[in-house]
Amino acid sequence: MTLIALMNLAVTAAQEAGGGEHEASGAFPPFDPAYFASQIFWLLITFAALYLLMSRWILPRIGGIIEERRDRIADDLDAAQQISAEADQTRSAYEQALADARARAHNLAAEAKAAMDREIADETAEVDAEIAAKSAEAEKTLADARAKALAEVRNIAAPTAAEAANRIGGLSVTEKDADQAIKALESR
Amino acid sequence: MADTNPIKQFEIHEVAPLEIAGLNLAFTNSAFFMLLATVSVTLLMALATNKRALVPGRGQSIAEILYGFVADMVRSSAGNEGLRFFPFVFTLFIFILAGNMFGMFPYLPLPIPGVDNHGFTITSHIIVTLTLSMMVMAIVVGFGVYKNGFKFLKLFVPAGVPPILYIIVTPIEVISFLSRPISLSVRLFANMLAGHILLKVFAGFIVMLGAAGAAWGIVGILPFAMVIGLTALEFLVAFLQAYVFAILTCIYLNDALHPAH
Repeated sequence: MTLIALMNLAVTAAQEAGGGEHEASGAFPPFDPAYFASQIFWLLITFAALYLLMSRWILPRIGGIIEERRDRIADDLDAAQQISAEADQTRSAYEQALADARARAHNLAAEAKAAMDREIADETAEVDAEIAAKSAEAEKTLADARAKALAEVRNIAAPTAAEAANRIGGLSVTEKDADQAIKALESR
Repeated sequence: MADTNPIKQFEIHEVAPLEIAGLNLAFTNSAFFMLLATVSVTLLMALATNKRALVPGRGQSIAEILYGFVADMVRSSAGNEGLRFFPFVFTLFIFILAGNMFGMFPYLPLPIPGVDNHGFTITSHIIVTLTLSMMVMAIVVGFGVYKNGFKFLKLFVPAGVPPILYIIVTPIEVISFLSRPISLSVRLFANMLAGHILLKVFAGFIVMLGAAGAAWGIVGILPFAMVIGLTALEFLVAFLQAYVFAILTCIYLNDALHPAH
């Protein structure tokens, strides 16, 4: 492969440069081919070791940690959502209960008001009837009294008129004449 | 007096000799820094994610951010099918990043016999970056042919071009494809090499001015300020070049997955 070819190239270059010597030649160190093979060799070993350690051990571990955290967060979010939904349900149930109670209270109040109104109307009617009865009775008494009074006035009209004519006019009018005169007035 | 040679940081020293089939495969300071990158990345990542905490701490957050960063990079440029290469791209990114970052130590005293105290940047050697880019191209070509067969060659025949233009377009596409491993490796290598040479040149000025005499020592503040600024810049470059290498790898892998753009 490329790398083996490179290493062979490095070796031939190193042999040309250093004549098989392993000590650094006078060349600029980064271009000195004496240690090319050694560097490639150790680089491959250390890099392969690091690759194996990372890919088999460290990276799956970090990936696992991140995965676990993501799962945990997702779980927690799910649980939170569930609890939130439950809370919503509870709240709506509570609101329902509250609305029911309010409606019931409203009904009760309305019923009570209706009953009250009915009672008031009944009582008012009763009292009105009573008042009307009393008023009718009073009117009747009044009418009776008036009739009686008027009758009495008629009875005393003749003597009063006769007396007044005698005293004021100096005429001699009898009660009988006065009564006849009154009767005449009445009948007219 | 301190050595102010800015090239010295790139020198390779043998720590333990090893020769197989005539090849000098000695364990060097370069190999040591590669091993350091592998071991420290593995230990840090393992330690950071050890608790598997649901609410991550600082270390675990960084590990998860790195994971998400590379995963998003792969997904956005190579699609969900590209995720099969996620471990490879992640390893590439983190290995280059660790190599670049360990290179930022100008001096790294480690109590290991045979390893000197000099810092070393593995990615400042062309052979290292070239090997990495060849690895990428081997996967792109290997997987591209395995998955698409001859249709992989559609990569060089982009759709929607008037047929007559294929005479020009196809050679351009072939050349651009062949130059990919070179540009990929040289970009990283040259950035690290140039940055580190620049750092050491300016750091060398401080030493030279300090040695030149009393009054010159004060002038040494100027290169010192420059070194501070450059160090910050080099940290940025260290990250950026690892990122650029990884994202270009993703784009090339996308070609293997979907050769007909």
